[in-house]
Amino acid sequence: MSSVILEPKVLQRTIARMAHEVAERNPQSADLALVGIQKGGVALAGRLAAALERILGHAVPVGLLDVAMYRDDLDCRAAPALMPTEVAFPLDGRIVVLVDDVLYSGRTVRAALDALADLGRPRRVQLAVLVDRGHRELPIRADFVGKNLPTSTQQFVDVRWAEDGGDDTVLLREGTP
Amino acid sequence: MSWTRRHLLDLQSLSAAELILVLDTARAFRAVGERAIKKVPALRGKTVVNLFVEPSTRTRISFELAALRLSADVINFTAEASSLKKGETLKDTVRNLEALNADFIILRHGASGAPHFLSRFARAHVVNAGDGAHEHPTQGLLDVFTIRERMGRIEGLNVTILGDIQNSRVARSNIWALATLGANVTLCGPSTLVPKVFESLHPCIRVSWDLDDGLRGADVVNLLRIQHERQRVSAFPSIGEYASLFGLTPARMAGVRKDALIMHPGPINRGVEIASEVADGPQSVILEQVTNGLAVRMAVLFLLNGGRQGELAA
Repeated sequence: MSSVILEPKVLQRTIARMAHEVAERNPQSADLALVGIQKGGVALAGRLAAALERILGHAVPVGLLDVAMYRDDLDCRAAPALMPTEVAFPLDGRIVVLVDDVLYSGRTVRAALDALADLGRPRRVQLAVLVDRGHRELPIRADFVGKNLPTSTQQFVDVRWAEDGGDDTVLLREGTP
Repeated sequence: MSWTRRHLLDLQSLSAAELILVLDTARAFRAVGERAIKKVPALRGKTVVNLFVEPSTRTRISFELAALRLSADVINFTAEASSLKKGETLKDTVRNLEALNADFIILRHGASGAPHFLSRFARAHVVNAGDGAHEHPTQGLLDVFTIRERMGRIEGLNVTILGDIQNSRVARSNIWALATLGANVTLCGPSTLVPKVFESLHPCIRVSWDLDDGLRGADVVNLLRIQHERQRVSAFPSIGEYASLFGLTPARMAGVRKDALIMHPGPINRGVEIASEVADGPQSVILEQVTNGLAVRMAVLFLLNGGRQGELAA
């Protein structure tokens, strides 16, 4: 069983709105940078960057961050696959918007904050997520949310980015991924 | 696929998918080594014991730094300075280390099969850091990692391993990894050190006792050190004769492809198996192997660390 949460047109509008909120919150746009968390945050970071460039009239640098080496459950599960971390610009002094597709327990964001600190010292770190599905296990909240979605722990949010071969829809499904 | 082994004992038993997983994981750790902060918290709170019953400096240092860069605590245990000299058995030594809650035991031992023996009763993860003339899996992994990063693939490459094949655990680990990943392997050296019987290990293996023949068409030339300490009887008349017949000199390099990689696990004997001009030349990736060795060992520790004990297959 699954239900459509965001269809392609609504997904596009949601991302455009999030980009406007990021621009509005950060008038010093020259210092802005986006960092997408592997893997689901990468596509969203790219889309937000494109939308921000249209709004601001200048490009916003985009980085990729893999947090697997910083997880807190590494000896409780099979070792996770590692994906590239690519941050080709200095983080020091920047306003970094961390980007992920789904915010759930908050543990990924906790790991991302540690990973980010090893790469530099941003002036400010904000968090943008497409879907906040609740069930936080840590005191973490998002600054920019595409959609708040009440879920049960028996469900999962399936974000099917076109960049990853999907159909640009967000589904709520029963079970685990 | 995900990693399911508790120990890394050899490369002979690893599948192509497992080898590729280690190589892909190592790539991420090499990138960590290029950052200003070269340390990640993946093994925080874990204890790694370097148990080196046979002496080694560079492998031990590489494992030690790999463990430190993963935030583990490290103990170095060498035979000369230990109770092994007082007659304690390997099994009792390891039981004592486990009583101190060691999570990983990195074993270098002169006897082939020592890590396998240890893995039968150890609760800690066992990593073979070289056992007799059997295998040196992390060296084999770092060699194929270096080839893959430089050439973009392993499959179909012509790799010549040159030197003392018979006594070399490095050669055996290389042979298994290269064969599994689809390379063509030529084993080259004097007939006393390169037995024809090696061809029966795998269909991709060819033995050549002529250096010019062994070098022809090679994409990679991996040289081995002439190991005086493992030769019970002299396999060749003199060092000078070995150097003139099988030493990789600038003159010999004329028969080697210009884009071929020259590799050596170190320590190199300049003027014996390799001339200085070649070791320091543009085709040499010898120091890159050292850098990659660190990344590969971090990857191995990282992968073995996954999963609760008992949940994973041996």
